[in-house]
Amino acid sequence: MNEIALLIAATLASGTPLAVAGLGLLLNEKAGVLNLGAEGMMLVAAIAGFATALATGSDVLAFAAGAGAGALMAAVFALLVIGLNTNQYATGLALSLFGGGFSAFVGVSFVGKKLEDRVPFEVPGLADIPFIGPAFFKQHWMVYVAIALVLAMSWFLYRSRAGLVLRAVGESPESAHALGYPVRLIRFGAVLAGGALCGVAGAFLSVVYAPLWVEGLVAGRGWIALALTTFATWRPARVLLGAYLFGGVTMLQFALQGAGVEVSSQLLSMLPYLATIVVLALISRNPLWIRINMPASLGKPFHPGA
Amino acid sequence: MTVMSKRNLLKWAALSSVAAAALVGCGKKEEPAAPAASPEPASAPAAAAAPEPLKAAWVYVGPVGDAGWTFAHDQGRKEVEAEFGDKVKTTFVEKVPEGADAERVIRDLATQGNKIIFATSFGYMEPMLKVASEFPDVKFEHATGYKTAPNMRIYDAKFFEDAYLAGIIAGTMSKTGTIGFVGSFPIPEVLRNINAYTLGAQSVNPKIKTKVVWVSTWFDPPKEGEAAQSLINGGADVLLQNTDSSAVLQTAEKNGKYAFGWDSDMSAFAPKAHLGSAVALWGGYYKKAIKEVMDGTWKTERTVWGVKEGQNDLIKIADVVPEDTRKKIDEIKVKMKAGDFEVFTGPVVDASGKERLAAGAKADQDWKDKIDFYVKGVEGKIPSGK
Repeated sequence: MNEIALLIAATLASGTPLAVAGLGLLLNEKAGVLNLGAEGMMLVAAIAGFATALATGSDVLAFAAGAGAGALMAAVFALLVIGLNTNQYATGLALSLFGGGFSAFVGVSFVGKKLEDRVPFEVPGLADIPFIGPAFFKQHWMVYVAIALVLAMSWFLYRSRAGLVLRAVGESPESAHALGYPVRLIRFGAVLAGGALCGVAGAFLSVVYAPLWVEGLVAGRGWIALALTTFATWRPARVLLGAYLFGGVTMLQFALQGAGVEVSSQLLSMLPYLATIVVLALISRNPLWIRINMPASLGKPFHPGA
Repeated sequence: MTVMSKRNLLKWAALSSVAAAALVGCGKKEEPAAPAASPEPASAPAAAAAPEPLKAAWVYVGPVGDAGWTFAHDQGRKEVEAEFGDKVKTTFVEKVPEGADAERVIRDLATQGNKIIFATSFGYMEPMLKVASEFPDVKFEHATGYKTAPNMRIYDAKFFEDAYLAGIIAGTMSKTGTIGFVGSFPIPEVLRNINAYTLGAQSVNPKIKTKVVWVSTWFDPPKEGEAAQSLINGGADVLLQNTDSSAVLQTAEKNGKYAFGWDSDMSAFAPKAHLGSAVALWGGYYKKAIKEVMDGTWKTERTVWGVKEGQNDLIKIADVVPEDTRKKIDEIKVKMKAGDFEVFTGPVVDASGKERLAAGAKADQDWKDKIDFYVKGVEGKIPSGK
């Protein structure tokens, strides 16, 4: 029983960076911008966060540094994609490759450095309940913040005026432009915020989750976060559930191995992408569904003069 | 400081290879004259007359800064530099993926006039074999493989000896009677280590059980940490890994459990959890190989050195390990050094109860190359991978 509680706890922790990055990318995509540079942004943020945590010992500052680094990377992307109308796919890929190399270059001297151990935040009163406590209420505080972020994101996108405008920009930038909204400025802001969230996720990996810096630390989680937005059909709550699902699959596989059940880990590491393809295939069969959720102008550049 | 020197080295290596490539491009056969910045200005004429340095190159699968496998090989390369000084010129290329890229890199290095090339990962075997046939005058050395050619040979280390010694400590320190192992891929090398770890633990506590979790990667720190966490959740309290980062050790530290460093000294990562580090010490072999090329005595063979030859060792054993256990380990190391100790000595019984090695028999290299089973006490099934 205790083992199941620990499995749940590990799943929540493992899903958290995916959820935070996924939310950031969701925000980007709701504004009509597809940023394939998530992996690179997360890597640069991971080293920035790690270095800050090493120097200051503060998680808050480390996450702030990660968010700043992520936003900075996103700003480069935004300048190219929104300012110069470069191809979003190619620019995103370039950002990923650049982030991988750049983080390795900056991070060389941080390999092998050790952070202080992070003490989990125990929710008062709830952490001592048997089973429930160890399963849900002994986590780093970022795990709870991620859940709060989902609620905030849902409210912002579907209940606030600013969120409505942002979605309008993602659906039909021409109409939003005609109504007088600054489409490119809004997209720029969304990309920066999305980069900052990816940055927090990267810093969480290197400061809390791993916690260490080595080259390529993020190890594909940026790509999973990208797949996650599609898998979740652009809904914040589903992003969180998907993140726990994808995070939990690995943990479950390890638990099953420990219990003597043979599962192919190669198959399981394929699963997030496979699930995404299945979702894509399903939603493309249902035009109504895709119209409701997928931003209609996703990945398309916007020329205000045209 | 180390960073600076690494970067300088990289620059220097890049420059020298560019220079060499340019020379080859011009169709010249001579090497450049002795470098202008000769360390001994007084002996300038002598330096001019000195023979050109032997060019040696290394191909690494990871970054030199991985604090593990590649780092250990690079320490060996530095020992070569320290030993031979001006007589040798070393180059390395890091993060070379196993496969088509490796072939290109190895061919480039051969074209650039390197006389001996070391490829330090299993997946370089086929690409290196191919390039070796094109450059009969260049000596090729492949780590951990099994195929040779007239100008290509293989070298390896007996890491399972380290795993066995670690197992003795694990068997002593485990309170739950369950120890854990984070495995990369179910190949003989890793299975040897799992089995040796278990046998070592059983030598002090016959009831020890080993849980194994496979991660299907050599290097993915978050995943390695997750695997370690799941082993700990399952009751394992002393962990060993066959992956390249310190994540397993750090996860053990976070949970108040024990673990070991692998490939290089990882004691700094986890002062409380660290029980010892199984290290690879390639320097001795690299110096021998370079010397053989210089003397013209290099010939194809297979070298599998161990504690006896100083190729691997278990170092930095923690203070929490009882005195008796340390003494036992020292005794076994003395025997290993004398060549009197074989980890796989019969009877070796597999997990299904079948005898794989008769009582009293000592495993030969062929037996160890073909290990495809868990010994008794290891739980679970080996993933088929097919």
